[in-house]
Amino acid sequence: MATLSLKNLKKSYGEAHVIKGVDIEVEDGEFVVFVGPSGCGKSTLLRMIAGLEDISGGDLEIGGRRVNDVAPKERGIAMVFQSYAIFPHMTVRENIGFGLTIARVKKDEWNERVNEAARILQMEHLLDRRPSQLSGGQRQRVAIGRAIVRKPQVFLFDEPLSNLDAALRMDMRMEIGKLHKQLDATMIYVTHDQVEAMTLADKIVVLKDGKVMQIGAPMDLYHEPANLFVARFIGSPAMNLIDVTVRETTARGHVVEAASLDPVEIPTATPGRAGDRLVLGIRPQYLTPSHDAATGKLHGKVAFTERLGTETILDIARADGSKLVAALPEDALFSTDDEISLTFDPARARLFLPEAG
Amino acid sequence: MASKLTRSNRAGWAFALPGFGLIALFIIVPFFFAFGLSLTNQRLISPNPTAFVGLANYRDLLGLGVITLEPERDAGGQILRGADGTPDYPRVRNFTRNNPDHPRLDGMREWFRWQSGDTQKVVVAKDVVFMKALVNTFTFVLIVAPLQAGLALLLALLINQRLRGINVFRTIYFMPVVVSIVVVSLLWRFIYSGDNGLLNNILSVLSFGLFRPVDWLGNPSTALGAIIAMSIWQAVGFHMVIWLSGLQTISPTLYEAARIEGSSPWQTFRHVTWPGLRNTAVLILIVITMQAFAIFAQVDVMTNGGPRDATQTLVFQAVQRGYGKQDISGGSAISVILFLIVLSISLVQRWLTREKN
Repeated sequence: MATLSLKNLKKSYGEAHVIKGVDIEVEDGEFVVFVGPSGCGKSTLLRMIAGLEDISGGDLEIGGRRVNDVAPKERGIAMVFQSYAIFPHMTVRENIGFGLTIARVKKDEWNERVNEAARILQMEHLLDRRPSQLSGGQRQRVAIGRAIVRKPQVFLFDEPLSNLDAALRMDMRMEIGKLHKQLDATMIYVTHDQVEAMTLADKIVVLKDGKVMQIGAPMDLYHEPANLFVARFIGSPAMNLIDVTVRETTARGHVVEAASLDPVEIPTATPGRAGDRLVLGIRPQYLTPSHDAATGKLHGKVAFTERLGTETILDIARADGSKLVAALPEDALFSTDDEISLTFDPARARLFLPEAG
Repeated sequence: MASKLTRSNRAGWAFALPGFGLIALFIIVPFFFAFGLSLTNQRLISPNPTAFVGLANYRDLLGLGVITLEPERDAGGQILRGADGTPDYPRVRNFTRNNPDHPRLDGMREWFRWQSGDTQKVVVAKDVVFMKALVNTFTFVLIVAPLQAGLALLLALLINQRLRGINVFRTIYFMPVVVSIVVVSLLWRFIYSGDNGLLNNILSVLSFGLFRPVDWLGNPSTALGAIIAMSIWQAVGFHMVIWLSGLQTISPTLYEAARIEGSSPWQTFRHVTWPGLRNTAVLILIVITMQAFAIFAQVDVMTNGGPRDATQTLVFQAVQRGYGKQDISGGSAISVILFLIVLSISLVQRWLTREKN
């Protein structure tokens, strides 16, 4: 078990800067998820921690030791790959024990440690199978077993669930969560799926274009996204974003308005003066629709409804053509083309500075 | 069996006909012709009618016998010795020429002999040249198959790297494959030339003139070796490319997984690369074996089977007999024997390298 510290970490391929100075502190035993769209550099960052990619600048410390130029094996890490990377010609037992074979561990200890890993993953009955006889989820468990058996200080997961189908993904997600509690190990987990990030993480790192957008606990990111990118990325359905104009500035925040949005005061620390353009963000779950046009400040027409049983998703078209989504906690009846108004608690709405460009 | 193949595909069959026709005419028909002709006394051009002779051709090729020669003794039972003290032995031709006691040995000639105490054992063969060709061909295969496969693998591993200009090396190694074997053989005749050949010159320069020039192709003890070396060099690039394609099917993440475990280059080869090349290895082994058994052009261009039959091979014998001596039935018998040898070796190789589960 160990802490991990990334200080101004950089990676460049010639003129192409992929990681542009990343600072992350990982506590001992913490489950940290790197999340971001494809190409944001999250996998590269993980591979730099693993030692599969050179570090162009900055410091990487594992357990207080600078490991920039240390071979992967000496870093005390184990990695689980998206494509499992298990050896097709070896049995499950041989695959799990591969690291021990390489390290020339004695037969008794070898058996003991492989069996222990198999017991933790509840796959003792599969030990003599070959990978071709396993399902995707079982293969990924073999790969995790190979990581466990090394007793690493830090586990690295590179999109381990992306190759699994949806149902299996949920099971494996829970298993990985359980495994983290059981082993109490430091884990770093890369994914592009914000649901995985939200459910597993103690701490989420949102990355974009090789830069950290925000670091925080899942609920902090959900409720207090630091910028538009994080606001868009975290939460499902995605946060509604409405371009607004500041009408006046008050002691608590700004009064903003837009087409089909009546002036409303939003408490915020976001700077702005009268006439500035800002973006108002409201989670679909915090919108309450009503057939009475006078009830709410937001106005629109129902374009589409999705009834999921426990939840109803309303697609709402605003007068200027832009769309809103409202998620209602139960089966509610709104038909297409109904004119509605939407109420929301200004304290739960957020104001963002528009993105440059 | 009246499947789609025969019913609904008239145009397809029409297109395939020219190809099928040529293959049938020049490969399938001659194949069965060889079987048929080998059982007759057919000559290339002969006024006499063809007669069925059963397995006589095979007996003429494969007939073997062993003669035990006791030393000549005088009336008192003392061994008669020549001037240098070696015992005198009766002549082999006493047994093989019109000897009514040994009708089976009639017409055979000495192949080789060995001493055991005072007696000598002489192996006689109906067709000593064929026997030499058989032994030479097996020697050629046994040396070429492992060396060429191994060397090709080594080259493939070397050029399977991301280096600047690696394609230049790939091209250079592959070049001899593209050049006609006849041209290559002619060039190597100059290299091996006894009086002013390139090889002799290089060896003489490297040894500061100590090396005495060797007539590589004119010396019975070096001629086969010279042809073997040149044949390995010529086709190694072809097998290198096959190995290379095999290497590139191995997933790079397997290598990364091995790297994280701290696998040494040899361990990586043993646990990752070689198991991944299993199918390629079977293919290469069978292809090289079949190609090596068919060695002809090098012998034909460089040595004509000489000196003193040191480079006779089966195919060369088949051609020489069938067309040189116009004994088409004898040549056919040799090709049938070659076919049976290659077939059985391929079957054995397939059995040895079968998938074990």
